[in-house]
Amino acid sequence: MAYKRQIDRLPIIPADAKVHNVVCHYCIVGCGYHAYSWDVNRQGGTAPDQNIFGVDLSLQQPAQTAAWYSPSMYNIVKQDGRDVHMVIKPDPDCVVNSGLGSIRGARMAEMSYSRARSTQLRRLTDPLVWRYGQLQPTSWNDALDLVARVTARVIADKGEDALFVSAYDHGGAGGGYENTWGTGKLYFGAMKVKNIRIHNRPAYNSEVHGTRDMGVGELNNCYEDAELADTIMVVGANPLETQTNYFLNHWVTNLRGTSLDKKNEQLPGEAHDRARIVIVDPRRTPTVAVCEAEAGPENVLHLKIRSGTDLALFNALFTEIADRGWVDQAFIEASTATQAGSQSQADVAHPAILTTFAAARQGNRTSLEEAAGITGLSPDDIRKAARWIAEPKQGGERRRTMFAYEKGLIWGNDNYRTNGALVNVALATGNVGRPGGGVVRLGGHQEGYSRPAADFIGRPAPYVDRLLIEGQGGVHHIWGCDHYKTTLNADVFKAAYKVRTDKVKDAMTRVAYGDRQTMVDAIVAAINDGGLFAVDVDIVPAKIGEACHVILPAATSGEMNLTSMNGERRMRLTERYMDPPGQAMPDCLIAARIANHMQRVFNEMGKKDLAANFNGFDWHTEEDAFMDGYHQHEKGGEYVTYARLRAMGTNGFQEPAVAIEGGPAVVGSSRGETTTGAQHGMIIQGPAIEGARGKEPVQQQGPNAAAAQVPTTGAERIIGTKRLYADGKFNTPDGRARFMHAAWRGLEAPGKQEEKDKYAFLINNGRTNHIWQSAYLDVGNELVMDRWPYPFIEMHPEDMKKVGVKEGDLVEVYNDAGSTQAMVYPTPTARPGETFMQFANPMGVQGNVVDPGTNELIIPNYKQTWADIRKLADAPGSVHHLTFKSQQYRAG
Amino acid sequence: MERCKRMVDLGRRRFLQGGAIAAAGAAAAATLPREAKAQAAMARVEYPSNRLANVADLKVNEPLEVAYPDKDAPGVLIKLGRQVEGGAGPEGDIVGFTTVCPHKGFPLAYNPDDRTLNCPGHYSRFDCEAGGLEIWGQATQNLPQYTLRVDDNGDVFAEGLDELLYGRLSNVL
Repeated sequence: MAYKRQIDRLPIIPADAKVHNVVCHYCIVGCGYHAYSWDVNRQGGTAPDQNIFGVDLSLQQPAQTAAWYSPSMYNIVKQDGRDVHMVIKPDPDCVVNSGLGSIRGARMAEMSYSRARSTQLRRLTDPLVWRYGQLQPTSWNDALDLVARVTARVIADKGEDALFVSAYDHGGAGGGYENTWGTGKLYFGAMKVKNIRIHNRPAYNSEVHGTRDMGVGELNNCYEDAELADTIMVVGANPLETQTNYFLNHWVTNLRGTSLDKKNEQLPGEAHDRARIVIVDPRRTPTVAVCEAEAGPENVLHLKIRSGTDLALFNALFTEIADRGWVDQAFIEASTATQAGSQSQADVAHPAILTTFAAARQGNRTSLEEAAGITGLSPDDIRKAARWIAEPKQGGERRRTMFAYEKGLIWGNDNYRTNGALVNVALATGNVGRPGGGVVRLGGHQEGYSRPAADFIGRPAPYVDRLLIEGQGGVHHIWGCDHYKTTLNADVFKAAYKVRTDKVKDAMTRVAYGDRQTMVDAIVAAINDGGLFAVDVDIVPAKIGEACHVILPAATSGEMNLTSMNGERRMRLTERYMDPPGQAMPDCLIAARIANHMQRVFNEMGKKDLAANFNGFDWHTEEDAFMDGYHQHEKGGEYVTYARLRAMGTNGFQEPAVAIEGGPAVVGSSRGETTTGAQHGMIIQGPAIEGARGKEPVQQQGPNAAAAQVPTTGAERIIGTKRLYADGKFNTPDGRARFMHAAWRGLEAPGKQEEKDKYAFLINNGRTNHIWQSAYLDVGNELVMDRWPYPFIEMHPEDMKKVGVKEGDLVEVYNDAGSTQAMVYPTPTARPGETFMQFANPMGVQGNVVDPGTNELIIPNYKQTWADIRKLADAPGSVHHLTFKSQQYRAG
Repeated sequence: MERCKRMVDLGRRRFLQGGAIAAAGAAAAATLPREAKAQAAMARVEYPSNRLANVADLKVNEPLEVAYPDKDAPGVLIKLGRQVEGGAGPEGDIVGFTTVCPHKGFPLAYNPDDRTLNCPGHYSRFDCEAGGLEIWGQATQNLPQYTLRVDDNGDVFAEGLDELLYGRLSNVL
């Protein structure tokens, strides 16, 4: 039977409950919630004056009511050391989600640490060290001393390049401006660590270098643009499942035609209709099914492209649109490059030429027939897509098209050029910085990047995983990353990592733990013998933590105050509404305490110069880190304080901040709507350009940085920026966007074409609706584990017959890179030979079968994976109760 | 798709009507002395045993509209024609579910082709043959299912629920 909670009533929130602002800490959409808490010995009542809603709860409440919460939205947690009831419920007044909660976010309360209700007891509560042959709890000072002594010794002996770091760069849980600043100041300020990688890729690089190099930051529009667009083109994304409430609350409105009033009001004088949508995806996703149900199949064009051939499609669209004269000539002349780029510009770090419209048109010229041959699409469908994207509307007005993309493009073939080829189409049609437009990534986590410049890393950045496999590095600090689940070439990585970290474990086991000097000497000797000392900072035991020697427990969103921005750059503060488990601390403070200990140890070693680098970590709270980092260093940060964010609730403001309402007009600061410069229309010069990426606010540079005098007290409204580039000025030295000369070059990453030729099945992969990210919290949730005890692999029934498997059977997926397992999910809409496997699941790591090939900039190519499949076992008992019916909605 | 939209609107109206009727009932109840409602608190709500139908009323794969535990809580009885875990009746094939989506309270529609209940609001799908398992969707609960008893006369009684119903913080109001 399906899992049921057997809960038949819940405590009622009393009228005087405490209310905190919450932003969902999972995906980039950042839905607004409120956390209500009250003493555990009290409860509200059904009478209107007895509950927070002011309504009669003895009555059935209607659909979409704000006066209801599900059992997953309820828990008992500690607040200031005392048990309290807590309800975390979507906020109907948040413009992002309008009261919608997804199956992931609406479980935030249930996914909180509660000893009273035994939820998420997996959370780390104490620092752990490898002692007497196992991980044992210890004090912060003991753990940090060991970390600092080993790290300082290795740096002193081998230099900072021997310190390897894996660290998230995002917002939300396991991220946020406070924590990226904490880790950033430690590794890029106090030290200059270049062997560093990000949580989901093996190097410290951008997932979207292409669009940034063209001067177009990737989060350039606002969610309302999805309601205003005539056409939405979505590439390699499945927003119903992965940006759920953005899709439900803003896309569906337009697909249904219910945003017509808004279109007529905001964009008068042009023809409006419900949106049409072009979906580029080799797979029929749940998103496709819902688009057809809402907009009608006649308004949905699903381009079931051959995996990895998007670039050829975009170039054909670009060619067709230009040949038809459907370009925005005035925009091209005013806002894009006037001088063609040269061949010499293209190098390993810049794997395409940035150039003019004319030169890109020439260089990328691809006929519909050529593209059809490469992509497997029909020329007519490509022609139709071009028409939907760019044909002028009735009355001759420019068609407003919003372009959205995510991991199908980002983790796909030839990332840099494919990204550029899509942005080419958006620029040519004048769809950046204007209502109903934008060329945006949809995003994974929220964003929350605030770090000192890291130019010294270089480009391409070091391929950190490969270096670790090869035996480089002596110490590895890991922050909220789990390579064991979320990297490529994972089988090989895990094998090498285990050998190296076991050397250190064995050395540690052989000496008395209490003899610190002998312990450090033993560890260093093991490192010199090819070992690796690993420190893992996380909220739960990570798979990679099994290999680590020190584990440091972190607090997550809501256990600390945390700021992030969502996919339309909307910045909010999640207030601390509960205590972190045990001794867990915010990452920014863990980073500060590591810095303090490093300073002490370097001083003891007599290395005063090195010790001095660790000044400036005297933070006591996360707010200290925020004021030191975001407030002082980020563009517009001078306007942003916790007090103002708190007052702005779950709607916050859209970055960058440009002023405070009613506040003093600051000399040198913009009051305009959209600019990336310090003054309206001004273009930022120099190194700041690298930082002006749409996703990450521009860092103030030079003496002007200190000039802004904005009061830090008060709760005035912050004025933000609805769309980037509305002034037609882009993030390039001359303010003109670049087109990209991006010719098709086949499967670009080494080994991919050979793998395709050798193996029978495409192992496409990605997320699924029930599960957030790598299931790091979901593995402790009955609802989710009951539904998905194993990662599924969607297979066409004919393929199942060939392999000889039934629904629910476990299969092995294997190729030269490695092997993994999955549970068969019959999927008649799948194309024969093309499977889709859930990504990053601990019960079957898809990354095991992803080969190490990347593009020039070390962007992995997870999506183009081919392998063979064979049966492992009949469906195990834990899947007997499951359903294998279609996950796709059909209008009844 | 048009039909789908109408169904949503219909569902909303149905809800509002249900609410209005219930509100009138509650207003009348409020005039009674408060003490009349006072009773010792129990660990679980007391579920009524309500006769919903007779097995003779049920045809295979044709849902019968019912309500439980009161008229403001619409649901269905379905004779699946094959024994399922949790099924009642001589063949062990009768199941009952709420038809109010536990995500946002939209009315679920039965699809006889694959024996699922489907939400036109946000597309959640529940499998009637697998205890209301959420095949796909945004609800954080599987679908609340009735505890059914069939007596010797073939009368089908509902006597409990296994999850919280949408729109009420107590399954029995």
